[in-house]
Amino acid sequence: MNSEKHDNLISVHIDGEEVRVPPGTNMIEAARSIGTEIPHYCYHPKLSVVGNCRMCLVEMGMPGRDRETGEPMLDEKGQPKILWMPKPAVACATGAAPGMHIRTDSALVRSCREGVMEFLLVNHPLDCPICDQAGECHLQEFATDYGRGYSRFVEEKNVKPKRTRLGPRVMLDDERCILCSRCIRFCKEIADDDVLGFIDRGSYSTLTCFPGKELANNYSLNTVDICPVGALTSTDFRFRMRPWFLKQSPSICIESSVGVNTVVWSREGTIYRITPRRNDAVNDTWMSDSGRTLYKGVDSGDRMNVYTLEGRPADAGAVLEECVALLRGGSVAVVGSGRSSVEEQWMLKRTVEALGDEIPVYLVGRTEPGDGLLISNDRNPNVRGALLTGLMDTLPAATLDDLGARIEAGEIDTILSFGEDLCAAGLARGQLKKVRVIYAGTHHNDCSQRSRVEIPLLTVFERSGSFVNQQFRLQRFSRAIPGPEGVYSDLAFLALLHARLTGLRPMRPEPAEIWKHLSREIAALRGIEYDRISDTGVVIDGSKFAHLPFCEGKSLHYEPTAATAVS
Amino acid sequence: MDPGQLIIFLLKAVAVVLAVMTLAGYTVLAERKVAGWIQGRTGPNRTALPILGAIPVVGTFLRRLGVFQPLADVGKFLFKEEPFPGHVNKLYYLLAPALAFIPAMTTVTVLPFGQHDGAPLVLANLDIGILFILAVSSLGVYGIILGGWASNSKYPFLGGVRSSAQMISYELALGLSILPVFLWTGGTLNLHAVVQEQTHVWFLFVQPLSALIFLVALFAETNRMPFDMPEAETELVAGYNTEYGAFGFGLFFLAEYTHIIIGSGVFTVLFLGGWNLWLPFPEGIFGAVLSVLVFLAKVLCLVFFFIWVRWTLPRFRYDQIMNLGWRILLPLALANLIFYAIAIAVIDRVL
Amino acid sequence: MATKVVERKPLNLAERSYLPQIVGGLKITFRNMWKPPVTLEYPEQRPNIPDRYRGVPTLVKDPNGREKCVACQLCEFVCPPRAIRIDPGEIPEDSEHAHVEKAPREFKIDMLRCIYCGLCEEVCPEEAIFLQDTFSVNGLSRAELVFNKKKLYQLGGTLPDSHYKWDKKRDAAEKGGDEH
Repeated sequence: MNSEKHDNLISVHIDGEEVRVPPGTNMIEAARSIGTEIPHYCYHPKLSVVGNCRMCLVEMGMPGRDRETGEPMLDEKGQPKILWMPKPAVACATGAAPGMHIRTDSALVRSCREGVMEFLLVNHPLDCPICDQAGECHLQEFATDYGRGYSRFVEEKNVKPKRTRLGPRVMLDDERCILCSRCIRFCKEIADDDVLGFIDRGSYSTLTCFPGKELANNYSLNTVDICPVGALTSTDFRFRMRPWFLKQSPSICIESSVGVNTVVWSREGTIYRITPRRNDAVNDTWMSDSGRTLYKGVDSGDRMNVYTLEGRPADAGAVLEECVALLRGGSVAVVGSGRSSVEEQWMLKRTVEALGDEIPVYLVGRTEPGDGLLISNDRNPNVRGALLTGLMDTLPAATLDDLGARIEAGEIDTILSFGEDLCAAGLARGQLKKVRVIYAGTHHNDCSQRSRVEIPLLTVFERSGSFVNQQFRLQRFSRAIPGPEGVYSDLAFLALLHARLTGLRPMRPEPAEIWKHLSREIAALRGIEYDRISDTGVVIDGSKFAHLPFCEGKSLHYEPTAATAVS
Repeated sequence: MDPGQLIIFLLKAVAVVLAVMTLAGYTVLAERKVAGWIQGRTGPNRTALPILGAIPVVGTFLRRLGVFQPLADVGKFLFKEEPFPGHVNKLYYLLAPALAFIPAMTTVTVLPFGQHDGAPLVLANLDIGILFILAVSSLGVYGIILGGWASNSKYPFLGGVRSSAQMISYELALGLSILPVFLWTGGTLNLHAVVQEQTHVWFLFVQPLSALIFLVALFAETNRMPFDMPEAETELVAGYNTEYGAFGFGLFFLAEYTHIIIGSGVFTVLFLGGWNLWLPFPEGIFGAVLSVLVFLAKVLCLVFFFIWVRWTLPRFRYDQIMNLGWRILLPLALANLIFYAIAIAVIDRVL
Repeated sequence: MATKVVERKPLNLAERSYLPQIVGGLKITFRNMWKPPVTLEYPEQRPNIPDRYRGVPTLVKDPNGREKCVACQLCEFVCPPRAIRIDPGEIPEDSEHAHVEKAPREFKIDMLRCIYCGLCEEVCPEEAIFLQDTFSVNGLSRAELVFNKKKLYQLGGTLPDSHYKWDKKRDAAEKGGDEH
């Protein structure tokens, strides 16, 4: 917390502990700041407050003042006397006030929670064995804390539709819904696609789509994430795996330069789902549906997983030798990728330097209109990394026309493409025939078919490193699953290639090791240690590149500077 | 010696060897059966020969009795792959089982097992019969020590060392315990003479203490429970034969049981009156067969006693064995010898 | 508790010679020899399996033929040697049992790993997995001893059900699903 705000902090007492919070903070957040959890269902920090679940009831009191004198009232011990309100207050909708006292665990509060739990469970089905939320379900958690363990409800439970399709990616089980309205508020407030609402009354209340509409926007799966129970489920993840088996690895979405923070959930080398990771400066708690499907490329049939020479599988060492021979045997052009990590781009730059001075280096730009929320216009996650490491000094063009012209002019003998499909980047087949192509990539494509050497690379889920997003925020991603057997990581292959070209010992292909060089060599990265980069990233001074016409427009937590804004 | 005599002699020798080996095989079966009965089990009851086993009642009975089991065991020992550990001393490793087996079989030659018209039935009626038996049977320990040493592995080595210590310790008591018997018979070492001496009274009753010491020492010499230090499977895996399998193990096994049979035979001859049954045997071949049968019955009873003791008593500790051998049995045997020497001198003087 | 020192009498000569004890032991074993054997001749005679015997874990169906397992994976989670592997799947909507929604697509128990602890049976919320009376498991390959769903149902058969939880739920839906 910085100092100028410090004066504004107000002091509240939570369970006898004094805590200083900014004004306007509600009780749940105030309690959270000292590690006290106030149970809640409908409240979500990034959505408006409705206060309809009543789970977060707490006792509240203010120090009393004598009405006539205005003097503070004191108890027998000389302490300020607290006048407790006779009825509990909802913690989500009550802001903290100076001197306020809150009890989060008194007998009254507990009995409130027990009462709310009993009502919520009246019609809740005994679905836990088949419910995907089991294991990460707030209702389950609070039922173990405040449930009574048996039901006093002898009447028949309500029966509601179990398989309602709300949209192409979201299924609704109405019986499980506790009517918290988080999903409704999300669609209205964040996704700006107001399609959900409640119909009917009392225990027949049902969540539904407005007539003729469906929940089909590109952020619909966030409703599944924020659903506190198992009512909304993802058709992709539905019935596939229990969350308690899944390993969570922090990662960064490579969909665009927003750099959405994610968690990759995997088990034994298989990724089952990707969910957003909270970063209040980047993506809050949201991510796009399209970004969640990127893991499917990992096991797709066209995945490259062996080194090949002239189309035949070969030993990695032989491939390395062939690469060295090709790169030494003529004029070379190098195509890097905006999808490589900062470390890989720096290693590629070192490799280029080892080849000679006048080696042309290209990057492929991916400019597509974004949605102004969490998908930016630049679909490369790490163009700024290429600028920072010095691999590039200009913004990449969308196509490799310049390289094509050089090929036509006969200036290029060999192209090393590290992660980019040259055909998709605008080089014609005829042009590729004139040169020898070393293609490093994750999947087979036109370019790999026309290449002399194929080097399999790892997907973002299989390696560790860092990206620099549109805010010049350096963010780490870590390996979730192992790569294909016998395949070097991108960084390791580059380190070996660099070592072969220079005759030096290969660098240890760990991001932390590379960062020892990066923080020494690059002014903007000075003082950064890889292992100390916080989970929400660190902002780098990008003013050196302020003159460049970045293509990103406005998006969540990002405002393009006037100089760089391009309409 | 003319060739005809030689052939008859060889035939006799082969017959005796075959008989002893068969007996040893069935002693193994008896061991397993008796162990089963004592422990509330049935013992071997599965093996059957194709035709014999199919006879309605008799076949089933024989199968339940496990009569065919030794045949299967022999077949297994013969045809199993011979494992040959890489770390052994090959020559001595192969030599050891033979060295254990040969002395055991050799002792048979001087053991009288019946009479024919007053002459003993024996392969070689040596005047120094008992000395020969003691000398040759104690060679068997070399097989065990050699096996343990050649195996070049810790448990066999320990087994070998233990057995050498044990055998040497008990050999003294063994030898001393039977001296009174030969004092009594008037100085001859011929076993037939000893048997003849017992026509009326067995030495068991004349010299019970000698018999007891001899029996205990015999248990120790044959490595039987409670003296099975060389094997001691709970401590040494399988002792001296840990590294042996198939035929090598088979020979060790056979040698052990042959020792038991020979030991029982010697005990029978020395203390149980040999084939004597307080009655004169008829003349001719019938009397001969009868005497052999009586001798065999006594031996088998003793073999059963060996087995019975094995499944009754727990194993001694090593120090207890040494204690018993050196500090109890040896003085006792000496005292026994002196007592009988004086007693015999007195009796001779008086009579 | 106060310690009571028991006086240990010195052994007399007969006791020190061990002989009376040895004779006593021989008597006991001799008597034992005449008692009938207590063993079971296994392949012909089969042991009586007690009711609560923990044999091979099996999957069972309810009397209506519905597979009771709903692939909640709790047994997979609780299994100490990690012998269970479940591939959950959805019951298609046109199925007779569509109201249960979830069922295992594949259910494998590696019998080479299973330790017969019975935790899977204990944890199962659907009473779908039982350690029944099969005790003899054998095979010629490792793969053969990884029991798949088909084999597990074959071993498990049908057991009586005291709840019919899902059927009651379907009946309630048919009776009053849209009543308001």
